Amino acid sequence: MSIPIPPAGPSTTPGASVALDDKDLEGGLSLWQGAFRRLRRSPTAWCGAVIVALFVVVAAAAPLLTSYQPGSTQWAGDVTTTEIPGPSADHWLGLDRYGSDLWTQLVYGARQSLLYGVISTVLGLAVGATLGALAGGFGAVGGRFGTVVDATIMRLVDIMLAVPSLLLAVSIAAMLGQSGTAVVIAIGAAQVPVFARLLRGSMLAQGKADYVLAANALGLRRSRIVMSHMLPNSMGPTIVQATLNLATAIIEVAALSYLGLGAPDPAIAEWGRMLVAAQDRFDDAARLAILPGVAIAITALGFTLFGEALRESLDPRTRR
Amino acid sequence: MAVPTTTSPTPEPVPGGGAGPATPGAPLLEVRDLRVRFTGRDRAVTAVDEVSFTVSPGQNVGLVGESGSGKSVTSMAVMGLLPRRGVEVSGQILFDGEDLLLADRKRLDRLRGREVAMVFQDPMTSLNPVVPVGTQIGEVLQRHFGMRRKERRERAAELLAKVGIPDPRRRLDDHPHQLSGGMRQRVLIAIALACEPRLLIADEPTTALDVTIQAQVLDVLAELVDEAGAALLLITHDLGVVAGVCDEVNVMYAGRIVEQAPRRPLFRSPAHPYTGGLLASIPRLDTPRGRPLTPIPGSPTQTVPWTDACAFSPRCAHADDTCRTTSPRLEHADGRGLRCFHPLTTPAALTKEL
Repeated sequence: MSIPIPPAGPSTTPGASVALDDKDLEGGLSLWQGAFRRLRRSPTAWCGAVIVALFVVVAAAAPLLTSYQPGSTQWAGDVTTTEIPGPSADHWLGLDRYGSDLWTQLVYGARQSLLYGVISTVLGLAVGATLGALAGGFGAVGGRFGTVVDATIMRLVDIMLAVPSLLLAVSIAAMLGQSGTAVVIAIGAAQVPVFARLLRGSMLAQGKADYVLAANALGLRRSRIVMSHMLPNSMGPTIVQATLNLATAIIEVAALSYLGLGAPDPAIAEWGRMLVAAQDRFDDAARLAILPGVAIAITALGFTLFGEALRESLDPRTRR
Repeated sequence: MAVPTTTSPTPEPVPGGGAGPATPGAPLLEVRDLRVRFTGRDRAVTAVDEVSFTVSPGQNVGLVGESGSGKSVTSMAVMGLLPRRGVEVSGQILFDGEDLLLADRKRLDRLRGREVAMVFQDPMTSLNPVVPVGTQIGEVLQRHFGMRRKERRERAAELLAKVGIPDPRRRLDDHPHQLSGGMRQRVLIAIALACEPRLLIADEPTTALDVTIQAQVLDVLAELVDEAGAALLLITHDLGVVAGVCDEVNVMYAGRIVEQAPRRPLFRSPAHPYTGGLLASIPRLDTPRGRPLTPIPGSPTQTVPWTDACAFSPRCAHADDTCRTTSPRLEHADGRGLRCFHPLTTPAALTKEL
């Protein structure tokens, strides 16, 4: 696997008369380019990236990886009360208790996990970051009025935070009824406080930075200072958190489905629901529980590894 | 105040920033009885008190003092950058006759960067690390002149060339961390001078740089300020810098001005013992080997409040009981101001023009 190397190396064009005080360490690299460079040297990042990539490929190419349809119960006749057919040439992970092909279910399940995980995290990020940016921006440069706005938003967020995330998710799912949308909204809502607090915190910290003072001294508008100076400098931790949250979101999607709050349509394969179906046949076929469980764990691990590596590479202390 | 934000999009400002105020001879900046108090929960500190000085159009004025003498606080007060909470500012800061302490944020934002600009001490942290320097220069042009993107780039490159950055066009897209300290300070100077302000405040502009670069950057600063006809308020602890650049010098100690004088008289015959001590403590290349330096005894933390004594008295060789019990006033004579009961009558030992 080859990653194209950015053409930027040390960016000294030949013939350019560079002043004697030019002592540039990182070449023509921006902050994110520098982080990317460090990321490529990190084995953790590679592990995470490979797992995540594999997961995405499986989810995207699901129809190519199996010749069966998910949720088809055409082999239900082969399943007896005492025996579920194991791996065979036709079904190389065997059948599940409803007589569907287990491999097909797993592969299509990846789609659901990815879809719900990503959408809910993006949702949580969008709402949470908006709230956090508003609170942080107003709190940092808005004067007395801004402090009130900040406090109001953050108390609302605190209320959300006070409710355990799974409980919040369960109540939202219960309110909206059993559907994929409910799962996405529930998991997204649970993530809102995390992003809001994180972004607000770093915005407030940036508000005390010298360059914000300098921007004030230039008469720049406060909206401009917040949007184009404080916000870009504060996004790093939030983006890292989003990567890490993807792992949690995928686990929570499975958890909610396991609790019976996910999409009710049995034709849609879902890892969490596969676990539920497997539990009372555990003695006959442990693989029915183990394989989806392993799939969930590995996927979550991939996102966690990648997120951790991303955080490390963005951390200024780890820079040369 | 309903002044339209977008005035005519004049890219070129009124010719010659120094063309200045209506009344000739009127000061551009006049600080009167400035007093800044930081109030905490259970104690208050007076950082600056009874500070009065003027800056005429095109003039270079120095504000000298050691760390904690209140010079930076003074500059922040002029720029309106002190936090509102926990800070009491009184007195007057007249810019072109308008009291900046009474101006609201809207008015200040129209002046800051346009009429009054500031160069900060630390070029490492005063630039936004994630924004290319060209954009940062462009921002202020957009804000005050409403320049379009292309014009901004054009002008930004011009400015970078002016402050002596080679290959300016390529540097526009560089991020601050790709530039050295000296270059960053040049960029900050370029940003400050972008709108051709009438007053530039430079707060220890060379302190964070290494010595060889200091001189270069200072030269660029002085030259450009001169060229633009702007006035300069230079804040520094370095008398060498003052000697090279300033017409008028204000020496501050513990929050008050202790001596005010034009450069030559000040260096030839310092009247305040503190000024004399500062000049005497500068190491010289022509002193014989092995001769110890002559510092001012004590440390700046050894002060008594100005309210009932001379704050410098604990460190002063000339201090007597009057100094320890009465607060001296700033007396003016011959175009000089002095806050001392026992001025140095004879010029200090080392008063050759630097």
